[in-house]
Amino acid sequence: QVIPGHAARAVEALCWAAGERLFGAGLSGEIFEYDLAGLRVARCVDGGGGPVWSMAANGGGTQLAIGCEDGSVKLFQVVPGGIQFERNLDRRKGRILCLSWHPSDTHIAVGSIDVLRVLDISSGQTVKRIMVNYHVQRVKRECIVWSIAFLSSGTVVTSDSFGRVQFWDWERGTLQESHTVSTSAVLSLAVSEKEDSIIVGTSTGATYQFQLLPVKMGSLEKRWVRTKPFQHHTHDVRAVVHSSTALISGGLDAQLVIRPLMEKMQKKGYDAALRKFTFPHRRLVSCARKARMLLFQFSQHLELWRLGSTEGTGKDGQVLPLCRMPEHLLQLKSKGPEHIYCSCVSPCGTWVAYCTASRFHLYRVRHEGSSVSIKKVPKVPKLLLPAYQLQFSANSDSLFVASARGSVHVLQLLEPGGCRHLHTLRPPSGSPEAVYLLASSADGHWLAAVGGDWTIHIYNLKCFKHHCTVPMYSCAVTALAIHPITNNLVIAYSDQQLFEFSIPDKQYTAWSRTVQNCGLHKVWLERDSPITHITFNPKNPSHILLHDIYMFCVLDKSLPLPDNSALLMNQSTLKQLPESARQRQLHAFKICKKFQPLLFADLLDENCLVMVERPIMDFKTQLPLPIQQKKFGT
Amino acid sequence: QLYSSSLDGSIKLWDFMDGIPIKTFTVGHELLALYALAGSEDSVFVVIPKSGERDTFQLVSVKLIKAAGQDLEAKELSVILDGVDASPKSIAFGREGEYVAAVKKGDLQVYFFKQKQLNRFSVSAVKAKSGNNHFTCIACHPKEDCIATGHADGKIRLWRNFYHKKEYTFSTLHWHHDTVMDIAFSVEGDSLLSGGVESVLVLWHNESDCQKDFLPRLGSAIEYISMSPDGALCCTLHTDNRITIVNSNLRFSKSIQGLIKSVDVKTGLVVDPRTKALVLNGEPGHLQFYSLQSDQQLFSLDIVQRQYIHQAGLNQIDLVKVAFSAQGKWLATVEEREEESDPELQLKLWFYDEETQSFKLNTRINMPHEDHITDMCFRDVDGLEDDSLILVTAGRDCVFKVWVMVEDTDPEAQQSVSWSCDFVGSYHNYQATNCCFSEDGSLLAVSFEETVTVWDSVTWDLKCTFCHPPGKIRNICFGRLTCSKYLIGTTDYGFLCCWNLLSCALEWSAHLNILVLQPDPLSEYIAAVSWLSKESSLFVFKPNEPRPIYIQRNLCKEKIQFAAFVPRDEPETISAEKYLWLRRSQLFFLTDMQELMTLSTKSLEERLTPASKQLAVEESLPVTPFSLLLGKHRRQQSQEDIDLGKLVAHNRHGQESPAVRELLHTPAHVLPSASFLCPIFINSLLISKENKSAEEVADEVEMESERTEDSDEERDVSEMEQEDTNPMELLGETICKLSKSQEKELRKIRKMDYSWIAAF
Repeated sequence: QVIPGHAARAVEALCWAAGERLFGAGLSGEIFEYDLAGLRVARCVDGGGGPVWSMAANGGGTQLAIGCEDGSVKLFQVVPGGIQFERNLDRRKGRILCLSWHPSDTHIAVGSIDVLRVLDISSGQTVKRIMVNYHVQRVKRECIVWSIAFLSSGTVVTSDSFGRVQFWDWERGTLQESHTVSTSAVLSLAVSEKEDSIIVGTSTGATYQFQLLPVKMGSLEKRWVRTKPFQHHTHDVRAVVHSSTALISGGLDAQLVIRPLMEKMQKKGYDAALRKFTFPHRRLVSCARKARMLLFQFSQHLELWRLGSTEGTGKDGQVLPLCRMPEHLLQLKSKGPEHIYCSCVSPCGTWVAYCTASRFHLYRVRHEGSSVSIKKVPKVPKLLLPAYQLQFSANSDSLFVASARGSVHVLQLLEPGGCRHLHTLRPPSGSPEAVYLLASSADGHWLAAVGGDWTIHIYNLKCFKHHCTVPMYSCAVTALAIHPITNNLVIAYSDQQLFEFSIPDKQYTAWSRTVQNCGLHKVWLERDSPITHITFNPKNPSHILLHDIYMFCVLDKSLPLPDNSALLMNQSTLKQLPESARQRQLHAFKICKKFQPLLFADLLDENCLVMVERPIMDFKTQLPLPIQQKKFGT
Repeated sequence: QLYSSSLDGSIKLWDFMDGIPIKTFTVGHELLALYALAGSEDSVFVVIPKSGERDTFQLVSVKLIKAAGQDLEAKELSVILDGVDASPKSIAFGREGEYVAAVKKGDLQVYFFKQKQLNRFSVSAVKAKSGNNHFTCIACHPKEDCIATGHADGKIRLWRNFYHKKEYTFSTLHWHHDTVMDIAFSVEGDSLLSGGVESVLVLWHNESDCQKDFLPRLGSAIEYISMSPDGALCCTLHTDNRITIVNSNLRFSKSIQGLIKSVDVKTGLVVDPRTKALVLNGEPGHLQFYSLQSDQQLFSLDIVQRQYIHQAGLNQIDLVKVAFSAQGKWLATVEEREEESDPELQLKLWFYDEETQSFKLNTRINMPHEDHITDMCFRDVDGLEDDSLILVTAGRDCVFKVWVMVEDTDPEAQQSVSWSCDFVGSYHNYQATNCCFSEDGSLLAVSFEETVTVWDSVTWDLKCTFCHPPGKIRNICFGRLTCSKYLIGTTDYGFLCCWNLLSCALEWSAHLNILVLQPDPLSEYIAAVSWLSKESSLFVFKPNEPRPIYIQRNLCKEKIQFAAFVPRDEPETISAEKYLWLRRSQLFFLTDMQELMTLSTKSLEERLTPASKQLAVEESLPVTPFSLLLGKHRRQQSQEDIDLGKLVAHNRHGQESPAVRELLHTPAHVLPSASFLCPIFINSLLISKENKSAEEVADEVEMESERTEDSDEERDVSEMEQEDTNPMELLGETICKLSKSQEKELRKIRKMDYSWIAAF
């Protein structure tokens, strides 16, 4: 799930406090509390000290401390329904870039430019001030303390722009240890719960682990030793987290990396493998099948493209010549600083809808020959905003808007350019969570909606009535679709399980039960990216087309399921086998990994499939330049 | 105390100050590596092959029994680690001997003695792109529980927490681009030294990747690194047979080197007529001038004059052929880049500059031949003028070329003469393989595969041809002095042939697989080395009689690649009939293991005088400049030795007389009056006179015996010394044993100056 951003509110710090409440603070100088059910900013309080660079909650989660541009540290009390300004601590010159609470909540260590300070909470005074570049020759450059951690032993760990990780005894103000890990800045730092391991992230994209190890076997003397380096990122590592079993890092290269600590793992399995997340697990592309158009959603604009076409036919692996080039039809810029939540194009290609945090827009697209005109539909009904998912019905005469509190609005689209609120579907028992996935059937009879509590409600669209609920499963739904012929609902969960639910029968189908009995292939279950889209082949009702970021799969229900001994990715080996042997090796999963990373795949008609690929290099070029390093041998 | 182990299964305990073996323990296995711990005096650790299995080795501890007697048996063995590597670099003992760590391929084993616990770790299997990450060497931190391992992909890993099977951890240091050959911790453990093919010694501070210092340009790949116990010095052993001593602050301090072992000796053994030094490939692209008398490198001449890149698998230009003119005034060199299709060749001619006392480049000829140059010789005619000097090169492009000096007409040229091609000869489009001039320079013999052609060197007419089919000609040479009418050739079909130039007929032939044919420039003798059934044999003959005058079978087990006669300064008086041919020159051999050997005329009995006694005398001398000098000039004549010995003796008296010392060391103003001191002083002199005469007699006697023994024993002694001090001497050792077991002396010339040991 994603909380869409806001152009004017860059988030600099995030922290959890008072249980499950998430707070963020940013350069706008405000502190936000997020509504995790509604996926939006719930409250906003001005910090009053200029841009906020850092924020941390105390051990009990009752207080928030923020470090501001003007050098002040402010304490906020976390109260039910908001936060309340408590008081200012000692203010000195220089922005507070990082701060950390002592585990006993009596002191705060803050890092600024050239200096780190320790503040006493009860008196609010600075009790220690340490110059971090005290014995460095190159004093001309300022030394920025990027990150700080306060250990229970009274050791303050800092990481700075000189590439050092330093350990200070704050009471004496002395440097205990200094490790130069990099020639460029060390940006982030995280300590494990047991305080025996530290992970730091540098601006070269490398992360390093430090461990507190005994110097000799059995002796009490311990020392911090730099142990493992990891190079998973190409750009600055801005944030690191040290969980009990893994190191999690994220950076400017838009990747989230989970690196498990092998020595903490009991057995090999899903958790013991390195995970890399590059893309949001959401659908950002929608497809108008009949009009052969694609709508791409960007953070602040939409692009509508008409697909090219070909008349040639060819063999496997051949690139066909295009008789019509793909055409960029229009670009829609959203107004205001808010990011787009969701967007959709109707199957006939004449309607485009999108929604931001506060507004819903519906457009009518007219195609007159080669020119395209667009007209905003006036007087859209006032809905409960924001909408989390938009879905046009198969015949393009109605629009489903997934909204907060489990409700789905049904809008009727009118020619030549109007709309009318028809009905609001709500689960019978009510729900606090927003609906984030929708699927409508091809015959316009059924609608499936998934809410934040992961329950799937099925509505009958003919009578606007709640039809049934799919039995609860303990994982998030990542994709779902209704079969155009059998009206079976196919559901993909985040643990890679697949279910097929018959809507008319209100129960799992026999095939789904076999899948559950036999279990899916181990390799399938160990994939790390969720299925983001499901579609069907109308020609062959037993085919289900699924894809995630790394692969595209045709699931043939008529073929036997592979067992763990069989090779899951067997397409290339199958090609080499003779016809007779091939029959024996066949199994239900036909996987294609040719297109990576795959954003979207859909079947246009029975012999045309559209794939949307976004090469990683494409947006790497848009990122700020990484630190250039001479690599040996290049 | 010093222990040494050898392949014959014995451990010897030495008094390394005096160089006397104290005890010998017989273990009864091949001992491949030896480790002794400071903590446990009574046992040592050795690596032995596992019985019954090939190429598996185990680390065992050997209990050394304390008993009287020289030769003891050590049979109490206990296996500590199984499946270790045979290399001594692959095992290291940890802090205070608490654990031992061994590496082999991709596995690290750590055994804790107290807990009797064995932990195994392994690096993940080979990744395709990072290459081979096998372990190559290991070192243990002297103070902390930290193990450093070097890997074949150039990484160094620092292991900690290895007493936990699972929660061990390591960090990586990476600078080397090729295999880390050896690593060593400093005495305090705060820094780490590593070296490899790059010839750069890397000093890592505080186990940090970012703080490191380098000592580059050490000449050749580093094989071993060792720290002195006080931490002030570190020495590195290089692949080219050299030891470099480096200060603790990474300043180059000293280098000990003798004959440089080059990657491949292509030039053969050539004698510089001017210095009588052996000339052969030295450092890559350099020519080394090696003085046999002083066992020192006189100088190294950079021929290629290009930066050598220390990286495995690169095709770099190397020196392949060298020839000197008769007086050593001109030097011709050929360098080539080893490439199959298109070799890059260069012929350079160097002129000896009397002022700078070195060779100066005169002419550089690019691509003198289309293909590899196989042989090259000067017409060395002693009496003739400079302008009659001719150089002949034979190439695989089926021609031989004659190069002569011409006056340089270009007024801008800095030199008056340069070389250019005068004549190109060929024979039936066969590849030219060898060339040589007759003694008077009137005839040139060039071999073309199976045929030897003889040319007139004035008109360049083909005079006659010889061949002995089947078999291509391998070597040819003309006879000398009384035998100058003969031409000797060897074929690769195993024949040695002698042709008479006057009758143009085959005089005699012998069925011998001769590899090396070397005529003595000062006599008519010719030495031929044959290779048969894995051993080399030496034959010396005169071309005019088909019977060899000297045969030495089983000269050595290695293939002999090159030989050279080095003229003696004075003809030696040799009584034995069969060594008469060694009167004017000494014969040296170079094997394919790059060991340099020579033949000595002394018999075994003469050499087996009590060496230890003599050594004791030598070593008990105080360390004075004289004795250092003595150590350096060991091979000089015994007369000089005696003189030095006397001087040293005087010196010692002066120091040992307390009265004189007091007199000299007391400040003048506190001394009593001169009249009071005078009798004491004179008395002390009188006493010392008595002493001296007594000791001098003893000295004289010893020196006398020394004189009869020739300098060879001293060499022997110093070689024994080397056995226990240098790991590099393993090869030399085997040779030494081999020679002892035989009648004749056969030895390797090595760096003998061991006075540097005294510096430690």
